[in-house]
Amino acid sequence: MKVAYWPGCVSRGFTPELHGSMAKVAPLLDLELIELDRAACCGAGVIAEHNQELADSLNARTFALAQQTDGELMMNICSTCQGAQSECQERLDANADYRAVINQNLADEGLSYKKGLTNKNLLWLLVEEIGLDTLTAKVKRPLTNLKVGPFYGCYIVRPVHRLQIDAEHPRDRYMQMVIEALGGTVIDYAGVYKCCGFPIITMNMDASLKMAGRHIGDAIDADADCLVVPCPLCHLNLDLQQPLASEAVGRELGLPVLHLPQLVGLALGLEPHELGMSKHVVRPTSVIDWSASVVAGAPA
Amino acid sequence: MPEYLLRIRRFDPKSGEAAYWDEHTVELGARNSVLDAILKVRDEVDGSVGIRCSCQQAICGSCGVRMNGKPGLACNTHLEDAAARIHGTGWNETQNGDGEGTHEGVIEVEPMGNIPVIRDLIVDMDAVHWKKIQRVTPFLINKQPVPEREYIVPHENMVDVTQTMACIQCGACVSDCLSMEIDPLFIGPAALSKAYRFVGDPRDAEHFERLKDLSEDEHGIYDCTHCFNCIDACPKEVAPMSQIMRLRRLAGTDEKIVDRNNGQRHEDSFVTLVRDYGLLHEAELLPRSFGGNSWFGKFHPAAGRVLLKSLGAIVPAVMRGKVKIKTAIFGHKIPKSDLDAVQKLYKKVEDRPERVELNLYVSGYEDDPEPAPVAAGAGAGSGEEPQSASSESETS
Repeated sequence: MKVAYWPGCVSRGFTPELHGSMAKVAPLLDLELIELDRAACCGAGVIAEHNQELADSLNARTFALAQQTDGELMMNICSTCQGAQSECQERLDANADYRAVINQNLADEGLSYKKGLTNKNLLWLLVEEIGLDTLTAKVKRPLTNLKVGPFYGCYIVRPVHRLQIDAEHPRDRYMQMVIEALGGTVIDYAGVYKCCGFPIITMNMDASLKMAGRHIGDAIDADADCLVVPCPLCHLNLDLQQPLASEAVGRELGLPVLHLPQLVGLALGLEPHELGMSKHVVRPTSVIDWSASVVAGAPA
Repeated sequence: MPEYLLRIRRFDPKSGEAAYWDEHTVELGARNSVLDAILKVRDEVDGSVGIRCSCQQAICGSCGVRMNGKPGLACNTHLEDAAARIHGTGWNETQNGDGEGTHEGVIEVEPMGNIPVIRDLIVDMDAVHWKKIQRVTPFLINKQPVPEREYIVPHENMVDVTQTMACIQCGACVSDCLSMEIDPLFIGPAALSKAYRFVGDPRDAEHFERLKDLSEDEHGIYDCTHCFNCIDACPKEVAPMSQIMRLRRLAGTDEKIVDRNNGQRHEDSFVTLVRDYGLLHEAELLPRSFGGNSWFGKFHPAAGRVLLKSLGAIVPAVMRGKVKIKTAIFGHKIPKSDLDAVQKLYKKVEDRPERVELNLYVSGYEDDPEPAPVAAGAGAGSGEEPQSASSESETS
């Protein structure tokens, strides 16, 4: 399957292991990635907060670039991109006059967004396009006995209507479904659908770090070996900032946090170092030890 | 008639006893409301069940509760819908059988969150909700001189604040506010929506002062974490988070209020960095948000302090190659020709005398809001040549 691939900013900046692991995992999933390297930042909701037309124009430009490729759809690997882009697309698709105004802003480049783009996070693509049965069939190293806590990030689960979460598309259960399809054990804990706190890290650092610390602590208390996130911004607060989050909540943490492609890659037989797991601030020792034990043929 | 197992969380703080689940089986139609079921139990089985309600028509906002984990009005939530909720964020079809986390026909009703419980499902709205509403001066302060007859308000201004006026003060948004969960002093979604109702009213004399106050409060508009819970919770489509973002736009962009919480600097820096690089330059965002929106921002003492405080994260990130020194200093950019195009786009939009905005609450959906089921395409839908904006407008 060929897809127009939007990696976002952070996966190429402060979480290079996300972009790198996606590149490694894609061929194993029979995905051909056409990278949208000319596109600009989605704005993460902040540019829309500043000027709605600006955010909608930047994202319409990205969508138009995606529509120029021969990919079957557009794929992203960031919950925040998914949410911010879905918000812009909702406006663009809802009103032809507004769409015309935005397209006029793109006219100098000969670009134009046509209503009806399909833009899916890797998580949605795994379930809806590749399929869980196919995914399971590709597993070379089942995540047996690995206890994984899903952490969605706000932008990929709310608002429900805009993200088309319904009985037909229970997208708020996809992480659990993928973990199980890979052979892992899902850990349910209080923070699954909560906010990592990243959006307010510069405005209210204490509250931001407490959010991260509380969710990590809840996952530890529920006996998770690691968390998995489909959002690099969540990863920044949950992994990069975890030493500070630990101080903020006054307890030892040390829970590894994996990007979604890393978890998939592990199950598909890639080695932790190939997936960039050595770059994490919280060393994913529990995960690496576990994968090494499986590779060595020892009981997991 | 379907049968539901109603589990009501009972608690009387004065009793000294712990909270417990009180289970009752009720037979009612699937389209009866959760409130119907609660009242049936109270009227026919146990008169001591505490629930506050009045109109039973989703107007008075009295019966806010959590049903299977989601906040809302008991009176306008159908039993079948409440029973279909599981611990995701959506409205999933009930899985027949014993799917993990699902309850066939079971409805757990709890008091709303973030507000102290008085008894059972009754929460102390005065202690939290109304106190916060009072915090934002929830009334019009007339511009002087007051006209002898009525104020004439432009139609578009009143339409603009219509969405916030739909609020029925039920507290559902407050219940699940994730910022308030961590910071109980956060003014919160309901009160900030109410604030926009007056900030957006041209008759109000304190437009700037209100914005300044809400920006400078460390628990004000910049304490919202964009979690969207309030948008999903609201039974009246007020979309409180969207109102908070509009307050930020007015305060930070229009009035250029530089607040002590770094809110305006954060937004200004983010927008500038994307203009200058095409992508977010993460390493610059933190110091600029604290020290000022320029390359020199990092040398400001406030930026120095936060960088020093963040060393516990920065050092391991650099040591492990997560953050490359080169990326931290120079950032990453899109190709030059594309950056030029993005900067032209910025200029075109920012040079407009008035912002172009679309409020879907007001405009509605001109046509089907669901994306057409064509392949993305990327595929450009169908390999058509790009249309001009005007021709698309005519044909859409």
